[in-house]
Amino acid sequence: MKKKIGLPAFLTDRKYRSRTTSFAFVIFGWVILEIMMNTGSLSSLFTSLLVPVCCYIVAAIGLNLNVGISGELNLGQACFMSVGAFTAVCLSGSLAQTIPSPVIRLILSLFAGAFVAAVFGALIGIPVLKLEGDYLAIVTLAFGQIVKSLITNTFFGIDDAGFHFSFVENKVELMPGGKMLLNGPMGATGTERISNFTTGIILILISLLVVFHLIYSRSGRAIMAARDNRIAAESVGIGIFRTKMLSFVISSCLAGAAGALYGLNYSTLVPAKFDFNTSILLLVYVVLGGLGNMTGTIIATVVLVLLPELLRSMQDYRMLIYAIVLILIMLLTNNETVRTALQRIRRKVRGKTNG
Amino acid sequence: MDFLSYLINGLGLGSVYAIIALGYTMVYGIAKMLNFAHGDVIMIGAYVAFFSISDLGLPLIPAVLLSVAVCTLLGVLIERLAYKPLRSASALSVLITAIGVSYFLQNAAQLLWSSSTKVFPGVIPSGGITWNGLTVSWVTMITISVCLVVMTVLILFINYTKTGRAMRACSEDKGAATLMGISVNRMISITFAIGSGLAAFASVLLCATYPSVNPTLGAMPGIKAFTAAVFGGIGSIPGAFLGGLLLGVIEILARAYISTQLSDAIVFAVLILILLIKPTGLLGKKLREKV
Repeated sequence: MKKKIGLPAFLTDRKYRSRTTSFAFVIFGWVILEIMMNTGSLSSLFTSLLVPVCCYIVAAIGLNLNVGISGELNLGQACFMSVGAFTAVCLSGSLAQTIPSPVIRLILSLFAGAFVAAVFGALIGIPVLKLEGDYLAIVTLAFGQIVKSLITNTFFGIDDAGFHFSFVENKVELMPGGKMLLNGPMGATGTERISNFTTGIILILISLLVVFHLIYSRSGRAIMAARDNRIAAESVGIGIFRTKMLSFVISSCLAGAAGALYGLNYSTLVPAKFDFNTSILLLVYVVLGGLGNMTGTIIATVVLVLLPELLRSMQDYRMLIYAIVLILIMLLTNNETVRTALQRIRRKVRGKTNG
Repeated sequence: MDFLSYLINGLGLGSVYAIIALGYTMVYGIAKMLNFAHGDVIMIGAYVAFFSISDLGLPLIPAVLLSVAVCTLLGVLIERLAYKPLRSASALSVLITAIGVSYFLQNAAQLLWSSSTKVFPGVIPSGGITWNGLTVSWVTMITISVCLVVMTVLILFINYTKTGRAMRACSEDKGAATLMGISVNRMISITFAIGSGLAAFASVLLCATYPSVNPTLGAMPGIKAFTAAVFGGIGSIPGAFLGGLLLGVIEILARAYISTQLSDAIVFAVLILILLIKPTGLLGKKLREKV
C-alpha cells in the first residue's frame, strides 16, 4: 500500500478513514450548532429537536451494528429505547431528593437505562438469536410488542414509605407528598427535564467509539464472518451465538442509553411513543444511511428527522411527501443507470484526490 | 358454554386474520418479501366499502365487489410502481419501500378522508342463532363461512389450475420457471392481485365486527395477521389458515380468561414459544442448509 509521508495514520490509512470521518463529522456539527445556538440564529423548533436527533442517532448506530454488521433484521429496537427511557425516568425521579445535582443524576440515569436495556437485550437475545432471517425479524417485532404492552400496564410510585408497584390494575396508593413515576398507559408525567445537547453529542461520540472499536477488533471480524457465511465461520471455530449475542447486547445497550436521554428530555412520555413505528423509523435511517456505514446513518437520521419539519410549510402534505421521498430514494439508489452514474462521479472524485 | 362461545368468537376473529395472512404468505412465497403495505390495503378497502354503502347507497354485495376491484387494482399498481423496479435489489431495500408505500397510503387516506373515525354501517343484521343457550352471531357465522369458502377456492386454484401451478413453480424456483416459459412477473402481479382482493374481503368482515373506519385501521390487524402467517409457516397457504385461526382463538381466550390489557402480549409470547419449538412455523418447510 502506498503511504503518504507527513500525514498521521488516521488520515491516510483506509482502515481508520471511516472512523475519522464519523468523529470529525459529529464534532464539526456540534461546533456549528453551538455557535448557531449562541448567536441565536437557531429557531426554537430546531433547538427543541437537537436532543431527540441525538437520541435517534445513537439508537440508529446501535441498530446499524445489528442490521449492518451482524446481519440481523431487528424490528424491535424501540423496545430497548423504551426500557432505557422508563428506567431512567424512574431512577431520576426517585433520586430527585437524594442527589440534587442534575448532571450526576443524568449520568447515573443514562448508565442505568443502558444497563437495564442491555440485560433485556441479553434475555431477549437468547430466544431471538436461535432463529434466522425473517423468523428472527418477526420475533424481535413480537418482543417489541410485548415490552410495550408490559410497560403500558406498569404502575410505579414512590413516597416516604418507599416504592410502590402494581401491574395491570392501578393499586398504588401513595401517602401525601408521594409521586407517581410510571402511570400505566399515561406513562411518565412531571419528569424533570435534565437532558441537554452536549450530553447527546458525548453519547454519540461514545457510541461511535464503542461500535468502531468492536468492528475493527477480533470479535468484530468474527461477527462479520458469521454474517457473511455462517457455516464457514463455524468451521473455523467462531461461536456464532456468542458473537451475535455480543452485537445484540451492545446494540440494545446503546438504544437504552438513547432512550434514557430521550425520556429525560420531556416532562411527559407515553409508552406508546416507542411502538413498532419507531422501530421501523430507526430501520429506515439505517438502510438509507447505508448498512454498516455509521456516518451515513448519522446523516440519514438528521435529514429524515428534519425533513418533516422543513416541509412544515406544506402543512398537511408533508408526511405524504416524506413517504414519496422515501420510496423515490429506494427506487433511485437501486436503479442501474443512477448507480453507474454515481460510481462514475465517485471514481472521478477519487481520481482527482489521488493524482 | 362460556368457553364454547369464546371459542367460536375466536374462530370468527381468526378467520379474518387468516384471510389477511393469506395475502402476506402468498406474496412472501412468490416474491420473498414482507409486504408491510398489506395492512393499509385493508384500510383502503374498508373506506371504499364504507363510502359505497353510506354515500352511494349500494347494497352489501356490490359494495364488497367494488371494494375488491379497487383493492385488486391498487395491489397490482403498487407492485408495478414500487416493487417491480426492485426485483434484483436487496430484501431490505424492498422492505423499506413497502414501509414507504404504507406511509403513503395512510397519509393519503388521512388527507382525503380526514383522520376522524367513521362508523361503519351495520350491514349484517345483529343477533344470531341460539342453540342450547349458546348464541352465535350472524357476523361470526358469515365470517367463518367466507373464510372456509376462500380457503377452499384458493387451495383448488393453487393446486389444480394452470396459473396456480405456474405460481407454485415460481415460488419454488424462479429461474427454472422462466425456462419453462412462465412469465414470473405476470405471476407476481397475479399474486398481488389475489392477495389484495382478499384484503378487501377481510376489511369488510373486520368492519362488520368492529364498526369503525380510520386511516390506521389496518396497522394492528396487519401486524397480527403477519404474525399469524409466520405462526403457520410463512409461504404456506394452509399454514396461514391454521395460524390465523389459532391466533384469533388465543387472543379471544386470553382476553376472556387472563387479561384484556395483556392479550396482545400473550399472543406474541405464544408466537415466540411456537417459533422456539418449530423454528419455521407450524407447517413451514424445513430449510436444509447446504455447504
